[in-house]
Amino acid sequence: MAEDARDTRATLALLAALAAAAAGAHALGEPFYVNMAARVAILAMAAAGLNLALGFGGMVSFGHAAFFGLGGYAAGVAAWHAANQIPLASWPVLVPGTDRMIVVWAAAAATGGLAALLIGALSLRTSGVQFIMITLAFAQMFYYFAISWPAYGGEDGLPIYLRNGIEGLDVYDPFTFFAICFVWLAATLAGTARIMRARFGAALTMARLSEARLASAGVDPFPVRLTAFALSGAVTAVAGALNADLNGFVGPSALSWKMSGELMAFVILGGVGRLGGPVAGAAAFVLLEHFLGAATERWVLVFGALLLGVTLFARGGLLGLLAGRARHG
Amino acid sequence: MSAALALEQALNGVQLGVMLFLAAAGLTLIFGVMGLINLAHGALFMTGAYACAFLTRETGSFWLGLAGGALAAAAAGAAVELLVVRRLYGRDHLDQVLATFALALIFSDAARWIFGPQPLWLDPPAALSGAVPLPGGGAYPAYRLAIIVAGLAAAAGLHALIARTRLGMRIRAGESDREMVAALGVNVALLYTAVFALGAGLAGFAGAMVGALRSVQADMGEPVLILAFVVIVIGGVGSVKGAFAGAMLVGVTDTMGRALLPALFARIWDPATAAGAGAAVASMLIYMLMAAVLVLRPKGLFPADG
Repeated sequence: MAEDARDTRATLALLAALAAAAAGAHALGEPFYVNMAARVAILAMAAAGLNLALGFGGMVSFGHAAFFGLGGYAAGVAAWHAANQIPLASWPVLVPGTDRMIVVWAAAAATGGLAALLIGALSLRTSGVQFIMITLAFAQMFYYFAISWPAYGGEDGLPIYLRNGIEGLDVYDPFTFFAICFVWLAATLAGTARIMRARFGAALTMARLSEARLASAGVDPFPVRLTAFALSGAVTAVAGALNADLNGFVGPSALSWKMSGELMAFVILGGVGRLGGPVAGAAAFVLLEHFLGAATERWVLVFGALLLGVTLFARGGLLGLLAGRARHG
Repeated sequence: MSAALALEQALNGVQLGVMLFLAAAGLTLIFGVMGLINLAHGALFMTGAYACAFLTRETGSFWLGLAGGALAAAAAGAAVELLVVRRLYGRDHLDQVLATFALALIFSDAARWIFGPQPLWLDPPAALSGAVPLPGGGAYPAYRLAIIVAGLAAAAGLHALIARTRLGMRIRAGESDREMVAALGVNVALLYTAVFALGAGLAGFAGAMVGALRSVQADMGEPVLILAFVVIVIGGVGSVKGAFAGAMLVGVTDTMGRALLPALFARIWDPATAAGAGAAVASMLIYMLMAAVLVLRPKGLFPADG
């Protein structure tokens, strides 16, 4: 479809701009801005995970911070156990901690996916406002749990003193770390596009547009939605693990409702259900945060006012400006 | 646990439940009548607490502060409805969530701006600073007992307002059929503003009373908002009766869990582990309650029609 092609072109242009910005900053010897680009890639990936549930699946989750934070804690806890040489579990089999990124990603994806499966199985029994409230409440459950469980830092969070590594790569080089995050983001977007073109994507779209029509075509909407929700949670969790490694820290704030709201804002500011929407939304947020945050102490107030203005008066998001009208209004 | 301690914890649970009801009643009314999900409701709760702390400091009278807190929150609610929320009724939930989330951010940062990052402290009035003896030998703070009484009175007043007055009749009509109410010549715009201000005033009243129990700070509304959501989901979205039942269930479960679980776990584990695990599990208890209600009755205990 023509609009899909336009969407793809805009997405590719955004990715190219992000890579060019990081490469430019690297060439000028500005590691700060390379790290900023890595942050954009990570937040965009987390929001792209949410977009699968929210944009393409129509499931308005206000609890994706749960998966983002769980992924972060998966990275932090694994690294903590590896650093202190305490096994993660000694029964039924000995599970040591790890400082290998690939293992951490798998653990984060599994944790986030499983949590999303459980939360989704309960929350998808409802819809509309109840779904929003329930996903938010379950995310807060993890937040309060992280605060009150003292083993992994509790309220203070968990520092990761040594960044998790990959054989053959210098992960402390900012540009290498950016490249890792960028590949993850690109893979997420390519995977999303692939899924949405497949039979499963068609079923998910129809589950959003008209449940009755999907059911009458002989497809039960519930497993379709639940699968998309679990996948969405797994993607956001991997982004959370990358974020923990970028900051060298994971704390309860990664699980807080503000994080959920911000992820949602990226998706909506960028353009709901648009492939590149999360990239545009996350980039706009990080840039605004950096420049407005430097200019005023009241950055949260300004961000709130901007978000309010955009929600009330500008519809269709940034991708709407870049690639034309939204596919569904 | 002795009987006196158990009674004290039960009263704490009821006190939390009453607070949660005042916060949740507005949320559920606003959803029931206008179909709006309001994430800024916690911010209105906070507005009541700040206004009360400020007025008490300036006038020296807690009672003026309490009334001012409820009124300030109601006024803030009416202003927010007129300026922003009014534009959101026809929108989908996504826009409502985002816009009211933005409002919550604005309110809490503005509070931090006006009153500074340090929490404000508010003392309970002198007349209620003592303790009331409980049967069985314990004593209970008079102020907390007064909160329970005031909260129950507010709940009864709200019930009377909805069941017996013209405004209440219109609220009930709005809950069952919004378009028809407008078609019958009721000034719907005014009704919506009134309902929003009423909900905000109840939340502000609760915030003002809680302010003297804990400190008054900019993010004090968030946990209340989340708990109010849990209450509403358990009770049934849109039902005031459900909000009352849900609030009591959540208040008592949460308080009793925090009091009992660490002691219970101490029988299995060493004290340090038991304290940590008890606190952690207790913090999850009400969400487990919510999950259980969802499995058994997906629409809540008292589903509202519609």
